[in-house]
Amino acid sequence: MIRPGLLQDIVELTSEHFVLVLAAMSIAIAIGIPIGILLTRHRSPRGLVLGFANVMQTVPSLALFGFLIPIPLIGGIGKRTAIVSLVLYALLPILRNTLTGILGVDGAVRESAVAMGMTGRQLLWMVELPLAARTILAGVRIATVTTIGTATIAAAIGGGGLGVFIFRGIASVDTTQILAGAIPAALLALIADGGLGWIEKRFSAA
Amino acid sequence: MGGSRLAVRREPVDSSLRPPAAVEFRKVSFRIGSNLILDNFSFSVEPGETLVLLGRSGSGKTTALRMVNGLLFPTSGEVLVDGRPTTAWDLIELRRGIGYVIQEVGLFPHFTIGENVGLVPRLAQWPPEKIAIRTRDLLEQAGLPPDEFLNRYPRELSGGQRQRVGVARALAADPRLLLFDEPFGALDPVTRLELQDQFLALRNRFQKTSIFVTHDVREALRIASRIALLDRGRLETLATPDKFLTSLGPQTRAFLAVLEKGRHHGTQDGT
Repeated sequence: MIRPGLLQDIVELTSEHFVLVLAAMSIAIAIGIPIGILLTRHRSPRGLVLGFANVMQTVPSLALFGFLIPIPLIGGIGKRTAIVSLVLYALLPILRNTLTGILGVDGAVRESAVAMGMTGRQLLWMVELPLAARTILAGVRIATVTTIGTATIAAAIGGGGLGVFIFRGIASVDTTQILAGAIPAALLALIADGGLGWIEKRFSAA
Repeated sequence: MGGSRLAVRREPVDSSLRPPAAVEFRKVSFRIGSNLILDNFSFSVEPGETLVLLGRSGSGKTTALRMVNGLLFPTSGEVLVDGRPTTAWDLIELRRGIGYVIQEVGLFPHFTIGENVGLVPRLAQWPPEKIAIRTRDLLEQAGLPPDEFLNRYPRELSGGQRQRVGVARALAADPRLLLFDEPFGALDPVTRLELQDQFLALRNRFQKTSIFVTHDVREALRIASRIALLDRGRLETLATPDKFLTSLGPQTRAFLAVLEKGRHHGTQDGT
């Protein structure tokens, strides 16, 4: 049974979902890549930061949403809390891939760059980031695909998005509703995976 | 800074009015923990000469080389480049004036051959036309026709070709000094010989001061104006190739024995 107006709801919730993911990923990238770069420069906080990101990943997503609700400023009910927890989830793959990507640059290449008189900034922008780009993008892709899935749970704390359909469908035992949430979410994930994978391949020159 | 200098055995030259040595090691020691890598090491490199640092693996020759362009600093003593301690140099400026060639070559895999060769001039902000001319000229010198190689990537080249590019890259910005760290060590003997020939040709053309690290005594005898033999962080012999052949140091004799015994063409790996 497809009720009238369903299509419109799908479009609306899909775009809401998309915005949620976009916001979370932008923040996660803006935090994760610079911190990842810093961690390549400073060995000592590496374990601590990666440990934190790791622990964040192990917390069940529904629980993380729940934990955040009572926390002032970043918590509460609604989109903000949803985005904060999605960011915490997305951080690890981005952070870790930035770190491994840059540390994976051939030692001889790095040594040549330094010995040729590159400044730290030139080394980063001309050598390390281009050579690590593929690995970093792979991290972004994994994080994005995961975030699209996890974001469906955001509906539980009033974050909106396609999860609204799913929770509604579960509550009313209505498969159509569940599918109305699940299929667009899966499609979004596939498109993101394909698109980011394509960009990634274009960086495969090296 | 003329007279009171502590130079290790050299040709007797009137030293009172000479310009500063291109590179000078003054009582340099280097230790990692309790491990003494270089032990009170002194010598100087005169402008225009090719000084070969010869020694077995672990003798400290690479460590010494890496002190010249400030990749490492002495634990005690000092290394002077053009009369100035490396600690007093602006490191970026120092390094841009020193060409550096290593065994693994270290070409930038995401740059074309042309971009690799033109990198230091680009860092030094030469005008693009000048870089282009320089790059073509250097590839020509290196025996790599520019039209064929300019736009290729390092992975498309053979080991010998890559090292030719490495040498061309080191020469690009007309450095005051060239450092070579076993540059031909990973190449087959025939290619190695070709690159030595090319090295000699380039040296005769550009008259660059060079420090060349190797463990191959044949290579040392072939290209050196002087050979410095290192043994466990100490300088055992410093002599011209002719005098090196008659030197009596135990480690020197050990290296020369390689010549007498090994009349084959293989490369001896000191590892």
